Amino acid sequence: MKIHEYQAKELFKKFGVPVPEGGVAFSTSEAKGVAQKLGSFPVVVKAQIHAGGRGKGGGVKLAKSMEDVGGFADQIIGMTLVTHQTGPEGRLVKKVLVEQGLNIAKELYLSIIPDRSTAQIVVMVSEAGGMDIEEVAEKTPEKIIKVTINPLQGIQAYHCREAAFGLNLPAAAVKPFNAMLNSLYRLFVAYDCSLLEINPLVLTADDAVMALDAKVNFDDNALFRHKDLLEYRDLDEEDPLEIEASKFNLNYINLDGNIGNMVNGAGLAMATMDIIKLAGAKPANFLDVGGGASAEMVENGFRIILSDKNVKGILINIFGGILRCDVLAQGVVEAAKKTGISVPVVVRMEGTNVGEGRRILAESGLNLTTAVDLKDAAQKVAGIVN
Amino acid sequence: MSIFVDKNTRLLVQGITGREGMFHTRQCIEYGTKVVAGVTPGKGGQKMDDVPVFNTVKNAVAETGADCGMIFVPPPFAADAIMEAVDAGLRLIVAITEGIPVLDMMRVKNYMQGKPVRLIGPNCPGIITPGECKVGIMPGPTHKPGGPIGVVSRSGTLTYEVVHQLTREGIGQTTCLGIGGDPVNGTNFIDCLEAFEKDPATAGIVMVGEIGGSAEEDAAAFITEHVTKPVVGFIAGLTAPPGRRMGHAGAIISGKSGTAQSKIDVMKASGIHVCEDLGTFGKLCAEVFGN
Repeated sequence: MKIHEYQAKELFKKFGVPVPEGGVAFSTSEAKGVAQKLGSFPVVVKAQIHAGGRGKGGGVKLAKSMEDVGGFADQIIGMTLVTHQTGPEGRLVKKVLVEQGLNIAKELYLSIIPDRSTAQIVVMVSEAGGMDIEEVAEKTPEKIIKVTINPLQGIQAYHCREAAFGLNLPAAAVKPFNAMLNSLYRLFVAYDCSLLEINPLVLTADDAVMALDAKVNFDDNALFRHKDLLEYRDLDEEDPLEIEASKFNLNYINLDGNIGNMVNGAGLAMATMDIIKLAGAKPANFLDVGGGASAEMVENGFRIILSDKNVKGILINIFGGILRCDVLAQGVVEAAKKTGISVPVVVRMEGTNVGEGRRILAESGLNLTTAVDLKDAAQKVAGIVN
Repeated sequence: MSIFVDKNTRLLVQGITGREGMFHTRQCIEYGTKVVAGVTPGKGGQKMDDVPVFNTVKNAVAETGADCGMIFVPPPFAADAIMEAVDAGLRLIVAITEGIPVLDMMRVKNYMQGKPVRLIGPNCPGIITPGECKVGIMPGPTHKPGGPIGVVSRSGTLTYEVVHQLTREGIGQTTCLGIGGDPVNGTNFIDCLEAFEKDPATAGIVMVGEIGGSAEEDAAAFITEHVTKPVVGFIAGLTAPPGRRMGHAGAIISGKSGTAQSKIDVMKASGIHVCEDLGTFGKLCAEVFGN
């Protein structure tokens, strides 16, 4: 799960991580209200969307007066912000964060991530703050300092010192930095983060350290023990079809192709998308109905696929193991009758009770094409659009 | 021969009285697996069919001599279940559970460091030595006993598809296992490649990967150095968009790393026969392994 910068900063505050004074605003008048409270200029007006690169896209402005705040808030709230992370269609901005401007001496970088291959938690810091860190990693990897922490041991003072000295911090900033890193690590573990990134982390002219930006993602699998985070979920930032699918425990991702597909298992679902492409068509979605798909799930899957108007045909690919083919076929027939299929459907089934499954489909009287194997299925479904 | 499990494996099931656990335990017994014990805290003394149920793994091991565990415990309690199995001295633990938090698995993995135990999974279909022993949720009849091909995969149903195509070509399997779709898992590709290389009954290896992480790249480097047997590979996710989690928690392209194309390139360079059209996987295997 992703959250907004202003929400991440709320969590930072809770853990004692210094952030600039500020507040979120959903309208121009609210933005002015926040600026009023801050009491001095300049202030920064920052678009709040779940994507990076907001500054370059025109979503972050420095306001030197109340008129500026009004002007920028007017401009940003309601704009469609396009960044390298939003895709060309951009994202509608509904709120801004208004924050005090800082006297910045230096911009740094800090992130905490789980390293999947070593099962260690990695703290990455760099003096090359404010830049695209992937570019820094590629061009000047020596500018990135990595501190690895064994999760059984947890963060120690020497870990913090390694990072602080790696950043060449002035003596007066070392202690506050260490305290900050300690707090960030505690937050990371307490909330099962999958990413915590501050870019830039700033060193101010008076040697204070402060999180100027804040990006925090959470492990979806751990949300069951962090019910308090659920209020941070912003449905405006998610695809409506994906929200609908998640209500039925369907794993759906909307893509820009024309062939819908429904598959059991994530790996097979990806491979099915690939084979659709290879046959000369384009997958319209990823949809994993899981190992124990019921007739109801199949029905909802159908409905969700069909509500994407670009879909010209559907491929159902099920490898029946635990989910028997006859049960699936029954589900498909019922779903098709209830939903009414408006496009051709190719069904490929294999595994347990496949003969009975094929018979049910053949005798259903529905406009279903049966494929004998995966290759046949891909060719048949690509034939619909080519 | 086979790797990790065979007809002598004595299986214990954690979470045996749950819906999933019960169903799959019965399937395993039907396939011929020796299921000697079940564990469900609070239900010790009961029986699941003919299988005695214990309160703790330690008791179950002491009473039955179980050496292998299969875990169906729900995600919030799964890390605890794995560590209990480790401490009870099981030789092999197969965690089927999907959705265990990453930080839990990181702690488990570090805890297991240096202990004489192997974990397969989590979020995996399990392991099967066709005709001898099934520890998992895969459909038994899809497999063909007698070898000579070993199959290792990050996925579930995609593995069944690949095994189905092998069987259809008349190619049997020594052992097939899924190592799971999570970012942090126990056994990795390299562990399996090493075991298949050493197994005299295995003549060739099938390796099925997917986007995300660098497990396939690491495996390819290992194959170049240490594997003499022919390897056929497949990578799912050529059409997956970056930044989106494709079902499996581990299947996510971040930035430029973890893409299917980069994995395929590295695998080809290391001499793996990479199949790019899943529809023809069985045929390619027949060519490479030469029956």
